[in-house]
Amino acid sequence: MNPLRWRPLAPWAHLRRRARLLAEIRAHFARTGALEVETPLLSLAGSTDPALASFTLRAADGRHWWLQTSPEFAMKRLLAAGSGDIFQICHAFRQEEQSRRHQSEFTLLEWYRVDLDHHGLMDDIAALLSAVGFPLAVERQTWSALCLQHLGFDPAVADTASVAEFARGQGARFPESLPDRTLLLDWVYGCALLPRLPVDRAFFIHDFPREQAAYARANPSAPWLAERFELVVGETELANGFHEVTDAGEQRARQLAENARRRVAGLPEVPLDEHFLAALDAGLPSCAGVALGVERLLMVLLGVDDIHQVIAFDDGAFEDGASDRAGSHD
Amino acid sequence: MASYSTNQFKPGLKLMLDGDPCSIVENEMVKPGKGQAFNRVKLRNLRSGRVVERTFKSGDSVEAADIVEVEMQFLYNDGEAWHFMNPESFEQIQAGNSIVGDAGQWLKGQEMCSVMLWDGQPIGVTPPNFVILKITQTDPGIRGDTATGGTKPATMETGAVVKVPLFIEEGSLLKIDTRTGEYVSRAKEE
Repeated sequence: MNPLRWRPLAPWAHLRRRARLLAEIRAHFARTGALEVETPLLSLAGSTDPALASFTLRAADGRHWWLQTSPEFAMKRLLAAGSGDIFQICHAFRQEEQSRRHQSEFTLLEWYRVDLDHHGLMDDIAALLSAVGFPLAVERQTWSALCLQHLGFDPAVADTASVAEFARGQGARFPESLPDRTLLLDWVYGCALLPRLPVDRAFFIHDFPREQAAYARANPSAPWLAERFELVVGETELANGFHEVTDAGEQRARQLAENARRRVAGLPEVPLDEHFLAALDAGLPSCAGVALGVERLLMVLLGVDDIHQVIAFDDGAFEDGASDRAGSHD
Repeated sequence: MASYSTNQFKPGLKLMLDGDPCSIVENEMVKPGKGQAFNRVKLRNLRSGRVVERTFKSGDSVEAADIVEVEMQFLYNDGEAWHFMNPESFEQIQAGNSIVGDAGQWLKGQEMCSVMLWDGQPIGVTPPNFVILKITQTDPGIRGDTATGGTKPATMETGAVVKVPLFIEEGSLLKIDTRTGEYVSRAKEE
């Protein structure tokens, strides 16, 4: 039995770089004009996203509370109330995420710019990256163009059967004869496209297929695409942003659809955040928003490939699962 | 029928894939911030030895392969089949040349081998890591040449050909590493 490791995981130099990064981030927003805000980590409503497993707490009064998976809904309430540009540095919680680049509890930088679209927000992120000394060149490409270049076709406009055939040819094992189109496009992105990208530079990948829209607007000139982007280095996602849906009816419909997919998958349904939907009803200004993983950014800045190199402490699961983690490379 | 969920995947787990038993070599999670998670898995086909990469939707289940590895003693080769015996149960099994494969070149009899059984039938044989075999043919030794580092081929009593140092004589006993097929040292009769 090894003695319990109580010392910090990251070297002091990395923890000092972390503190400096937080100061550089705040300086960027002071310079460009965004208000720092704080919203509750704990709420009576949670995320309906079927791919996210929230931590829930049961209080003494029997009510269920959710630890946030992101501060999105609360920050949009502030925007609807007239905050103008806002940013937040906070912790977020997602279950079942343990790997060299995942922690159940991690730090998000999330921010919103009013009257900006996703291209304007990518410019803003590029300015932030250069202000914090981001060491890699950053390219901007559409999802479809990268797929054409690396996979030889554009799955966003291909019929579902041919995407399934491509995936099977690449080793995908789906029990269904014709898998769900959203599932197939998730597979294309995570298992076929990202592993083929060069890792010596970062990519803004924008205009995802509408099946992967999440809460992004449809592209008005190409409605099969959504105004969503990610910032990636190889297979590591650094940030995910949207030109936001502002229509309350559409937002409610998307979240009800997510709860329906939860039912089909045998997952618990999550109550909708009615305060958030009421704020959208009152009017969310046209805006773009992005969530950036602070640990992931630090990993690139420091040139390390393990999230444990940039956090003081983990949740202790590392000690329990040391042997399992040794074989995990994602 | 037994099956494993992707969250049980780890190296060494035995699965059925396209009708063949496979062993997981490597298992990685592909977990995006938005959207479905997948397991990207490298698997070794236990019949062909080939390694393939497959992706599974996280949460799906895959049929388990009934694979056991048993320590068995090699008895003899009758020209058509290799005969092995479980020294505890005295149960005997036969394995053809295609299953014994390269392992056969190290076996003369009595060796304890690891025999892989799929649904009770042998699909692979692993010889001991080290065997001691006699040289039946090699060029005459160059006396005293223990320093130049040159090698020559030597045919062993089982037919295997091993590169040996120049000073080694025909009739010598050698210790050989079966994992690399390389000469380790001279050996004394056991």
